[in-house]
Amino acid sequence: MNKIGLIIKREYLRRVSKKSFLLLTFLLPFLFVAMIFVPFWLSTLKGDDVHNIAVLDDTGKYSGLFQDTETYRFIQGGKSLEDYRISDKKEIFAFLSITDDLLENPSAAIIYSEKQIPGELSRLVNQAIAKELEEEKMASFNIPNLKEIIQESKINFNVQTIKWSADGTESRSSSMVASITGMVFTMLIYMFIMIYGGMVMQGVMEEKSNRIIEVIISSVRPFDLMMGKIIGICFVGLTQLFLWGILTMALLLGSQLIFGIGMGSDMAAVGAMNQPGLNAPDILANNSEVFEMLNTINFTEIGLFFILFFIGGYMLYASLFAAIGSAVDSQEDTQQFMIPITVLMVFALYAGIYSMENPDGPLAFWCSLIPLTSPIVMMIRLPFDVPYWQLLLSVALLYGTAILITWFSAKIYRVGILMYGKKPDLKELIKWMRYK
Amino acid sequence: MNFLETEDVVKQYSGHLALNKVSIQVAKGKVFGLLGPNGAGKTTLIRIINRITAPDSGVVRFDGRLSLPEDIYRIGYMPEERGLYKKMKVGEQAVYLAQLKGLSYPVARKRLIHWFEKFDIMSWWNRKLEELSKGMQQKIQFIITVIHEPPLLIFDEPFSGFDPVNADLLKREILDLKDQGHTIIFSTHNMASVEEICDDIALINRSEVVLSGDVTEVRNRFKGNTFLLKVLSSENTVDMASDKYSILSDTTERGVRELRIHKEADMSNSELLGFLTKQGEILSFSEELPSMNDIFINTVSTPNPKAV
Repeated sequence: MNKIGLIIKREYLRRVSKKSFLLLTFLLPFLFVAMIFVPFWLSTLKGDDVHNIAVLDDTGKYSGLFQDTETYRFIQGGKSLEDYRISDKKEIFAFLSITDDLLENPSAAIIYSEKQIPGELSRLVNQAIAKELEEEKMASFNIPNLKEIIQESKINFNVQTIKWSADGTESRSSSMVASITGMVFTMLIYMFIMIYGGMVMQGVMEEKSNRIIEVIISSVRPFDLMMGKIIGICFVGLTQLFLWGILTMALLLGSQLIFGIGMGSDMAAVGAMNQPGLNAPDILANNSEVFEMLNTINFTEIGLFFILFFIGGYMLYASLFAAIGSAVDSQEDTQQFMIPITVLMVFALYAGIYSMENPDGPLAFWCSLIPLTSPIVMMIRLPFDVPYWQLLLSVALLYGTAILITWFSAKIYRVGILMYGKKPDLKELIKWMRYK
Repeated sequence: MNFLETEDVVKQYSGHLALNKVSIQVAKGKVFGLLGPNGAGKTTLIRIINRITAPDSGVVRFDGRLSLPEDIYRIGYMPEERGLYKKMKVGEQAVYLAQLKGLSYPVARKRLIHWFEKFDIMSWWNRKLEELSKGMQQKIQFIITVIHEPPLLIFDEPFSGFDPVNADLLKREILDLKDQGHTIIFSTHNMASVEEICDDIALINRSEVVLSGDVTEVRNRFKGNTFLLKVLSSENTVDMASDKYSILSDTTERGVRELRIHKEADMSNSELLGFLTKQGEILSFSEELPSMNDIFINTVSTPNPKAV
């Protein structure tokens, strides 16, 4: 028992003190937070120069419509387009030429520039013209108060979803928010199993090709060595998860304080940039709703089951990886055994993604019970309140299978780590299990 | 009493019999040579003694009782294919491996420092293994093998990869360990070292023990009634023809004549000497024992070796 502790300690310490681990663990949260904040921050940076836009309006109807902004100043063009083209153009960033009545000929408005025309400029122009044309059109119907009528009949509809909890209290929920939460956890579990399972395989192969294995197993049972490695690496994974969680939270809070604005309004501002039609207060309101909805998701419960499924799924796959690592001599030979496992994992991931549409459907139900796919698929379902009997059954099945597979893997491992030379096939592996 | 015995050990791998009723007896405090060509089953037998694999049938006994899982801590094993963690610091990994063998951290550290100082390699302590030469790594490997001071030491091809200077150092260390009362199993192809180091041997060929016993006794058993005679050379050579013996070679160098003589089995040594005194002043007369190398080659290349 003491031995396995020693092995766990070595595997753990060796990996967490690696530069690559520290770098990834401490850098990723920064990247993540940067991904949220940098676009917003960039958008607040205004260019210094003001661009002049010369409006050449042949009809004379539209030139008054354009309002100057911080970046763009609309001026009346005095010369014809042809004259401008050959003359000095330094003063003027772009030319808006309107040659005809736009209701009759919508393609009569064109922006010319030597530069790439920013989306913001075309949006400004479009909005101004569209508004004018709308009014013109309405006026052409000759219906009194038409504008007011239309204004009043504009409806912004968004169905409310309310979840009844067991005691009958209501809370607003959103399947969108639940789906995204589930997806995040699914991706996490998938990534971690792949990365840390791969690490187990690498470690086993390293000991085998180093030939240190024979020295070690003359003093330690092969099973202890395998389990020590699997458990040690599991702790590495959990450490990384924990640090990521803590760091991301700390960074998010920290940057909110520094920027002096809540996450919600950040998001709102970013959103507002992309959807000029909506005004900011609306989105702010939406955002607080998102937070309210996030609150309806029971993160403690999800977190708990996430850890449970993570450990179970990891144990199951890591012991398979260990068996593969023990059976082969080189990296290239792992392919034939890795493919079925990868296919299985990818299938589980897709089953998870499709389950998002119908988290209580048969695909979701079965795949979240079958142990090889359950750690991944169940994550998608978790935010949708899976009945407890299903959760517990799934956990029990997962752990039962994990123990069984670990047992079989240990049998392959024990023989495999001492076999060099020929590449074994599946038949051979099964034979190994029967060795004394 | 025998420190270690195996009795009728059989091990079958898929379609291949690795060991067929192998019995060896290793006496306490002796150096036991486990000999045999490649693929004879030596390593399999060692792994069974180490409890790395289990025999299909047959038993291993320590001190006359069946071997127990705890017995692995009484064995120090240096495998033929040596290896350590390349990326790990030398001292750190030596301490780790010593701990795996049951030593506590302070004891492991103390003993390692002792050994490192003895070999004058303290400066390697904080270097990564991959920075060391192969010979240096072998030294570390040796230290790790003996660090927990086990009563039984098993060396599988210990001299492979050592330069002559270090091989000599290792040989002295092994004999030192024997003097301290350790029992040693020594598997090798190097027959010269067998004559020098081993007390007893077992020769395994094609999964079976074909020859075993005390080294001198084995050599005596294979002696071919060949004698080496040295006499002062003189003018008057006597006709030596006889049907009782034959001259294998006859050379003279710097006034000393060397004769290799083969005698018939029914002739006694004194009788032979009687004939030879006529040749001149005898400087030495001795029986030639076959080298272990000759015995090895003879035994292994015989088509149907008779079990002894």
